[in-house]
Amino acid sequence: MLLTLTSTAPSASDLGYLLHKNPSRVQSFDLPSGQAHVFYPEATDERCTVALLLELDPIELARAGRGADRRVLAGYLNDRPYAASSLLAVALSKVFSTALRGVCVGHEDLANTDLPLEIHLPVLPCPGGPERARDLFEPLGWLVEATPIVLDPALPEWGDSRYVDLRLTGAMRVADALSHLYVLIPVLDGDKHYWVNEDEVDKLLRRGGTWLADHPLKDWIVSRYLARQRPYVDEVMARLAELDGATEAPADDEDTPTPPLARLRAEAVVAVLHEVGAHRIVDLGCGQGALLRDLIKDASFTEIIGADVSASALAVATKRLQLHRMPDAQRARLQLIQSSATYRDARLAGMDAIVLMEVIEHLDPDRLPDLEHSVFAEARPQHVVVTTPNADYNVRYPGLAPGAMRHPDHRFEWNRAEFAAWAARVAADHTYAVTLRPVGDDDPEVGSPTQLAIFTRTERS
Amino acid sequence: MTTIRLPMMGLVVLIGTTGSGKSTFAATHFGPFETVSSDYCRGLVADDVNDQSASTAAFDLLHHIVGVRLARGRFTVVDATNLTRSARASLIALAKEHDVLPSALVLDVPTQVAIQRHQARTDRPFGVDVIRRQRAQVPRGVGALRKEGFRNVYLLDSEQEIADVEIVRTPLLNDRRDLHGPFDAIGDVHGCLSELLTLLDRLGYRIIRDDVGRAVDAEHPDGRTAIFLGDLVDRGPDSPGVLRLAMGMTRAGHAIAIPGNHEQKLIRALDGTNVSLRHGLELTLSQLARESEEFRDDAREWCRELVAHLVLDDGNLVVAHAGLKEAYHGRASGRVRAFSLYGDTTGESDEYGLPVRLPWAEDYRGRAVVLYGHTPTPTLDWVNNTLCLDTGCVFGGHLSALRYPERETVQVPAERVWYEPVKPLAPAPEASPARRDGQLDLEDVLGAHSIETSTIPRVSVRPEQAAGALEVMSRFALPPGKLAYLPPTMSPVPASTREGFLEHPDQAWSAYAAAGVREVVCQEKHMGSRAVVHVRRDGEEGAAYTRTGRAFFDEPTTAAFLDRLAAAVTAAGVFDELETDWLILDAELLPWSLKAVGLLQEQFAAVGAAARAGLAAAGGALDLAAARGLDVARLRESTARRAEDAAAFSAAYRRYVWPVSGLDGVQLAPFQILAGAGGTYEERPHAWHLALIDRIVAADPGVLRPTRRLFVDLDDEASRAAGTQWWLDLVGDGGEGMVVKPAANLSWDAKRRLVQPGMKVRGPDYLRLVYGPEYLSHLDRLRDRNLTHKRSLATREYALGLESLRRFVAGEPLWRIHEAVFAVLALESEPVDPRL
Repeated sequence: MLLTLTSTAPSASDLGYLLHKNPSRVQSFDLPSGQAHVFYPEATDERCTVALLLELDPIELARAGRGADRRVLAGYLNDRPYAASSLLAVALSKVFSTALRGVCVGHEDLANTDLPLEIHLPVLPCPGGPERARDLFEPLGWLVEATPIVLDPALPEWGDSRYVDLRLTGAMRVADALSHLYVLIPVLDGDKHYWVNEDEVDKLLRRGGTWLADHPLKDWIVSRYLARQRPYVDEVMARLAELDGATEAPADDEDTPTPPLARLRAEAVVAVLHEVGAHRIVDLGCGQGALLRDLIKDASFTEIIGADVSASALAVATKRLQLHRMPDAQRARLQLIQSSATYRDARLAGMDAIVLMEVIEHLDPDRLPDLEHSVFAEARPQHVVVTTPNADYNVRYPGLAPGAMRHPDHRFEWNRAEFAAWAARVAADHTYAVTLRPVGDDDPEVGSPTQLAIFTRTERS
Repeated sequence: MTTIRLPMMGLVVLIGTTGSGKSTFAATHFGPFETVSSDYCRGLVADDVNDQSASTAAFDLLHHIVGVRLARGRFTVVDATNLTRSARASLIALAKEHDVLPSALVLDVPTQVAIQRHQARTDRPFGVDVIRRQRAQVPRGVGALRKEGFRNVYLLDSEQEIADVEIVRTPLLNDRRDLHGPFDAIGDVHGCLSELLTLLDRLGYRIIRDDVGRAVDAEHPDGRTAIFLGDLVDRGPDSPGVLRLAMGMTRAGHAIAIPGNHEQKLIRALDGTNVSLRHGLELTLSQLARESEEFRDDAREWCRELVAHLVLDDGNLVVAHAGLKEAYHGRASGRVRAFSLYGDTTGESDEYGLPVRLPWAEDYRGRAVVLYGHTPTPTLDWVNNTLCLDTGCVFGGHLSALRYPERETVQVPAERVWYEPVKPLAPAPEASPARRDGQLDLEDVLGAHSIETSTIPRVSVRPEQAAGALEVMSRFALPPGKLAYLPPTMSPVPASTREGFLEHPDQAWSAYAAAGVREVVCQEKHMGSRAVVHVRRDGEEGAAYTRTGRAFFDEPTTAAFLDRLAAAVTAAGVFDELETDWLILDAELLPWSLKAVGLLQEQFAAVGAAARAGLAAAGGALDLAAARGLDVARLRESTARRAEDAAAFSAAYRRYVWPVSGLDGVQLAPFQILAGAGGTYEERPHAWHLALIDRIVAADPGVLRPTRRLFVDLDDEASRAAGTQWWLDLVGDGGEGMVVKPAANLSWDAKRRLVQPGMKVRGPDYLRLVYGPEYLSHLDRLRDRNLTHKRSLATREYALGLESLRRFVAGEPLWRIHEAVFAVLALESEPVDPRL
């Protein structure tokens, strides 16, 4: 992993003073997982370039890895030894610590002067591509040249990688230039090699204090910097996916296109439950507990079972709902259990209503009969409430390609006719009556974004 | 000497005052764990056996322990005073709850004796008046205790009598585990004598007739025993004739019988009870009216003595007219009897006025085969190890029998419709979905499980492992009915000590030689995705799926793929040769990029891209520095080497990438035939497998790919050397490597431990994809790898895979197959070093 910083100022080799590194020497520094080398590929009065080269020990890196990472191959086989990452930022702060602080004893003027600088990061992970690199560095006064790196020149059809070759040119104090890199490299990399803690906030304010406040992408930078623990990873899922050579299934939570829809949907479901007078509810496929939060607040729901197939989603739900702090009386109304709609589960039987909110579309169509049997024939509640996307409405999402689905894990999305046909068939098979209603803005042409079905048992119980 | 008979499946309640000698008596006659004492429970909850304030908690505990023991069918004795009616009532309730018979044993000694004993002890703080009060409460009459619900009551009212008892434990009447058959179980006859005679003849019985030609007995030359599953009478043309034959056979020891609900009603009718003469009873009574009174009385008594269900053949076979759930096997209570006779009813009636029955068999998870009748069904269908043999003969269906243990069915058609059914015999498809056997319960997979396999006695799955696998199985895998098998993981060889190698054939040779294996087969390791293919001759219903049970292709492509495969297997004559219409193949599906393109791009290619660009730039900067005269020689050299490593890394994965469109470009390399209708083939040598597979491959080389192989004689150094050279050639141009297996296939070592079914020896360049581009520079540290866990996992998963296949071939219920399949996935969620 390499970083070069070039000064083209008159007496360019003064850069050596600013960095406290002698241009005629090669210096090496020990890092937790390898070594950093500092040397000058060029050192003339016209042009002086310092190179920071990291030689990382992949074995040590893996050993220092986090628990979850050591159970999947990615913990051992990754770009850490080659791409600019938080490891480079750490090396930067170690090797150029005084320069980063803007201190240069005897050369205070130099340290406070804007110098014509060039920075080269040959491999920078840059999700969002060159565009994102420009958005980040241009507001800071840099001229940005970001060239995508192809994934594999022998397999051109695979296109570009997530890396860019980044060249920055601008007149800048050296300390500022270094602080930009120190903050923004990890922000772009997005994968941190150590846990984020309280200190991180201080570090960010210290390094980015002067320029961060005015940056147009300030919020994004701060959130990436502080929350760059990888998004919630289900370890077991990742492991089992790897066996198939598949990549990790996306953690399945709220929908992406319009979050307010999730709200509307939950409200609609709660309203339906009130309407039919259901008090004992199963939220089947409760995920991380989005609907449970509403149900538990409402005392008319006297018994709530949140059931999900994913043990780790339930663990997140337990945390988010703060079960351990809930008053006993409220806690007693809620039960979280691991279950699966494709197996019969006696614990789900005899309740007033089962809610399947945005669940069916996550099952392969050939597993739906199992779900129908478990819910309508085995558990047999008084009411079943089902919501699912309306595929007709997808044309109203500008970001969605024609024929595409709203979530990568959706196995199907039904239009209104398909959902109505399914609902009618299931109701007939299991002696339920069914009514359909829209959720969300009801477009005269394509209907509502979400469709909802209320099934009610028709025979005597 | 008093002989006390206590039912083995029972609860014994000792009754007596403090000092009456209960504990001594219990210690003399019962096992140390069989007796649960209130004093001991008091001690457990209060650290003081005399702490009367802890009595409530102590009895809660006592009831709990007794309940758990009874649920498990353990003979249990309660050692407490049990002097109050309410104390006894709660124990009787507990016995009833677990369907066992309660017995009472009263130990009544003179008050003086109890007081003397009491005073001899120093650890009892209460006064003697307590004993006097207690003595007054001792029940004195057998009748009163019987009325409370005790089945056996014994009063021992002197020291001498207490000292002089002999206790005999008696099996319940339904406990006939001593009978081993072989049996021929016969479904509801309902007076169809002619069909019964035909069936017995078909089963090989010789009919014995009396002077007037009436069938009075039937005997099988091989000593087989017939079992009548009840409902011999009513509706049909000759109920007395059927009774006469069945009575003769049972009395001659040629048959055993259990009662049906129709016999029950007949007894009541013959007793003179006012019963409604419906459902064919009116016919039976008029037929019996033509018989002698002696015969009627005899028939009534014979029916009365029938036991509602029987447990046979060491507990492996249970017969009950209407079936019996597992918890009731070998138990005795009113509800067990009612279940045996009438089934699990809801108490409601259906549109035909017939009782609504609960599908107990769908929930049945027991190991014992349950045979029953009662509900006429059009066909004989095993449901979770249970079989209903009532095929409605009297309604014009068939009279059916099952040979046990052979599990062969024998049927004879009804000669005519003898009685019009109230409800049509054939169930409407909607009302009885074909999924009965396929209904899986969450309890079949979640929680701790222990799976018995034929190769390893027990494979345990921990709850957290099962929890981890549930989501993948529920949301990503094919439906359980399509997954008869998931492949096991495989261990690599121990690390090589040779310069430049992390893995080398040497370790495979020595590991197998140490396990006593003389010959091994080396098979080329195809780098694709592990695939299980279930191919059927008719092309229908098969499947092609990954290690975790995901489908490889969409439905139409799968169908086209399986069609081609079926054609190849047919053309090669392998279906015929193995006398099967289906095969399950273990295989590798290529290219790797078909299923793993995401992984290849996001992980492997990305690392390659970063390395390529990063190291090139570093090299350039170092060249400039060197030109300035700086001493960067070591850095230049290491950077150049790393750049070469990176190039080799990219070259390694590119071998496994090629474009695919539909089935074009897809190749399947089968390497083992796992199972077919005739059984599982793990005991056939690999040469047998590969020879058959070669023929299949030759039939369609477009989509099938051969597996190169070499047999190595481990006793022969030259053969080992040839094997090593073969591997070196294989990996020389970056190949993945080989898998070494015992040539004989399933093998055991001298200590009867399962030998690793295979070990992989991966090539040096391929290993870059696992250990990183530069791993060869760090071999010294990477050699330190522990294979113990991986190897143990590999054998356990192998045993489970074999077990699921065997269960599948044997036609066992889906839950039994799925339990083993699911366990493989659960074990795979175990964190092991992913590089192994």
